[in-house]
Amino acid sequence: MARTAKKNPVDMSFSFITAVASFSVIVFIIGILYVLISESSLAIGKFGVIKFVTSTDWDPVKESFGALTNIYGTVVTTIFSLIISIPVAIGIAIFVTEISPNFLKGPIGVAIELLAAIPSIIYGMWGLFTLSPIMSNHVEPFLKKIFGSVPLIGILFQGTPMGIDILTASVILSIMIIPFTASISRDSFDLTPAVVKESAYAIGATKWEVVKNVVIPYSKLGVFGGVVLSLGRAIGETMAVAFVLGNNHRITTSLLDAAATITVTLANEFAEADKDIYLSALFYLALVLFVMSFITLAMAKFFLIRAERKYSR
Amino acid sequence: MTREQKRKIEGSVALFLSTMAAFFGLFWLVFILGDVLIHGIKALNPSLFMNDPVPPGAEGGGLRNAFVGQLLITLCATLIGVPIGVLGGTFLAEYARGRKIARLISVLADIMVSVPSIVIGTFIYALLVRPFGHFSGWAGAAALAIIMIPVVLRTTEDMLSLVPWTLREAAFALGAPYYKVITQVVYRGAATGILTGILLSIARVAGETAPLLFTSFNNSFFSVDMKQPIASLTVTIFQYAMGPYDSWHEQAWAASFVITLFILLLTITGRLIIRLRYK
Amino acid sequence: MKTFLKFALTLALVFSFTHGYAAESLNGAGATFPYPVYSAWAFDYNKVTGIRLNYQSIGSGGGIRQITERTVDFGASDAPLRPEQLNKDRLLQFPAVVGGVVPVVNLPGVKDGQLKLDSDAVCKIYLGEIRKWDDPRIKALNPQIKLPNSDITVVHRSDGSGTTAIFTNYLSGICPAWKSKVGAGTSVNWPAGIGGKGNEGVSNYTKRTAASIGYVEFAYAQQNKLVYVLLKNPAGNFVEPSFKTFEDAAATANFNPKEDFNLWLVNAPGKNSWPIAGATFILLAKEKTASNKKVTVFFDWAFKNGDRKAQELIYVPLPAALKDKVRGYWKTNGL
Repeated sequence: MARTAKKNPVDMSFSFITAVASFSVIVFIIGILYVLISESSLAIGKFGVIKFVTSTDWDPVKESFGALTNIYGTVVTTIFSLIISIPVAIGIAIFVTEISPNFLKGPIGVAIELLAAIPSIIYGMWGLFTLSPIMSNHVEPFLKKIFGSVPLIGILFQGTPMGIDILTASVILSIMIIPFTASISRDSFDLTPAVVKESAYAIGATKWEVVKNVVIPYSKLGVFGGVVLSLGRAIGETMAVAFVLGNNHRITTSLLDAAATITVTLANEFAEADKDIYLSALFYLALVLFVMSFITLAMAKFFLIRAERKYSR
Repeated sequence: MTREQKRKIEGSVALFLSTMAAFFGLFWLVFILGDVLIHGIKALNPSLFMNDPVPPGAEGGGLRNAFVGQLLITLCATLIGVPIGVLGGTFLAEYARGRKIARLISVLADIMVSVPSIVIGTFIYALLVRPFGHFSGWAGAAALAIIMIPVVLRTTEDMLSLVPWTLREAAFALGAPYYKVITQVVYRGAATGILTGILLSIARVAGETAPLLFTSFNNSFFSVDMKQPIASLTVTIFQYAMGPYDSWHEQAWAASFVITLFILLLTITGRLIIRLRYK
Repeated sequence: MKTFLKFALTLALVFSFTHGYAAESLNGAGATFPYPVYSAWAFDYNKVTGIRLNYQSIGSGGGIRQITERTVDFGASDAPLRPEQLNKDRLLQFPAVVGGVVPVVNLPGVKDGQLKLDSDAVCKIYLGEIRKWDDPRIKALNPQIKLPNSDITVVHRSDGSGTTAIFTNYLSGICPAWKSKVGAGTSVNWPAGIGGKGNEGVSNYTKRTAASIGYVEFAYAQQNKLVYVLLKNPAGNFVEPSFKTFEDAAATANFNPKEDFNLWLVNAPGKNSWPIAGATFILLAKEKTASNKKVTVFFDWAFKNGDRKAQELIYVPLPAALKDKVRGYWKTNGL
């Protein structure tokens, strides 16, 4: 049907314009990739790929750079922020679509979206001046007391609670990404056809059973999309974490230790990097981040597409 | 316990937890906003909007240049970014729907969203600053636009895909060409979602600091010349928050308060308009 | 279409020219540390002359890069460049203002200027070799203070910074172990301690953490009422951080215009010199004589009229003799 419509000249030019607009994304990606590679070529030449990714060195004075500590920080903070945010976000979506009285739906939906609207530099300032003292004075000593001596989990809560650490950074990240997951999950939940839900109620299902067995399976693709979006946001987030992660280039096992993510290293050191090789190493780091998000998101998409096929069968 | 009771209890526990989650989210919002409000309102006064910065120690300075500059940069970025994003999303959801190229671009756009913004700043620096030999407001707007485009593009694509195909078929049946179907039927059906996406993307870029640092730079003086360095609120906040003077910290908080308020009002207004018009 | 393009092009040209001449402006970028004083000078200069000197703090590394790529009229850096590099990138360099870095402590009962440290102690603390406050090496310097038996929390900068460059140059100058193990730079691989972002972060940490030691710029130590320590300088005296001791460092240090003033102002030989002082530098592109002239006219004005303003903001103006050396340097370079 679309084929016959395309013969219209206005339609053809419109489709051409839209195509150009969407290809701009490819142009940007190639452009950014080109800039990243050309700027980091000095460091690539000096450190290679395997050595750079597996080295824990980050010594600007001796001009020896490796990305492993940064990659570690990025992965750990992202994982913990997802652990905190996903249940909360889905809970919010369930509340707004299924539980809340009608007059509350709008305001709560707006409120959650407002949370997404707050600029990340504000999160950063707030994190440093307000959240971090609370974490170091109350939350972290409490967690340490409860879990500190438990085998295995205890490893996560060693060290002095400083409030500038992986835990605080993860909490801020999770607050930042909750709205993304929540609003997309809510939109997907809303798409569940009323007929399907009503028929479930008709055979005597409780509200939770409808959510669990009808709404969530029906909308899991959308929910997963929301999670992927959050993941991307969490990996690339800079300003909010830069203030509360401490920029410590060491691999630590405790959530109460400072760490460095790739973005935090970039934010902290980009402006003052005075040697060519130093700056080049920072660009190399940005390139690694780029590749990491690429792989993560490609994997997520792969699963999404498979899930889609399975579901439509 | 009977099976019935078990189901009921499980249900109430789950629903209770969901309710708690919603209030957990609200709690953070109130907490952060309250904090910004308390710090910001103390330093809020008319001269903040009427005057340009004065050096620390002097009385009565403001951030007029930064407010105007920020508005200008954001406006230009929106004018560049939104049309490209919406049109690009249209291509993916309509003309190229289901094709491999649509899937590829959509994945690439998702990745663009997570590119660290400082890298985009550098990209524009190499493209629009270094060749011209000076920083400019346009370079800042372009950097923000590049951040906006994939966000708008992806939401547009998602939202258009949610419009039931039957609606389009109905319009085709009346003999309408595809572009008319898109502009008059599909866009209307997806307007709420697209608008939300645009608002979110403006909110996202209005708070960006890193990409402006090496593009629009900053200006201590009042300037609306987009070909020259231009002031922005976020870069000013960043500089003032890092400075040693109390008066700077106060202004940084006040500016944070204003920019937050601006973004939140934008979001609320957008949603109200949508509600009044479409519901 | 062609006529339209021509029309648009002319319009754009007209616009760019009108804007270019609307207000004379100079753009500069670089070090964060002198940002307050440069912007204050620029504000006053604008009132007197109408010229807009727009200085933005993007970091020393950024300043060096921007002037090297000629996107600004002048760059600024806390770290002096070596003459070889200046030659390679065709740059000029001169100092503009002096400041200092101050070790600050948070020890119960210890007030401003009570704790004395020598270079060995500071070095060993930052190396993580002295771990307790009642270490005999600290005790010996401070017989009159009752030092607690608590762990020292070392605080350093987490971001790249000119302050760190000055501090680590100081440590490298006095302490061979530091020089070989860690070295000097805007960011280093810290052997001990926790990192705070910016002077602000280090101030906050030091304030919040009992038994800690940090280092911040003098202005921050004053503004945040942090407890500073006395340091033993190379001449063997314990000195406190103040305008006088910074100025003494600047006056006794041997700045050589022939080497483009390439000198770290640490461990100056003067009797009353503060050992961790630092000058901050201006970089100019050699071939841009027209704008360079405007920049030097500005700094000449600031040298004449800006001293009081600088002191209000807790910066140390260059000593008169050094100002003359800088003016001589301009002259020999045709400015």
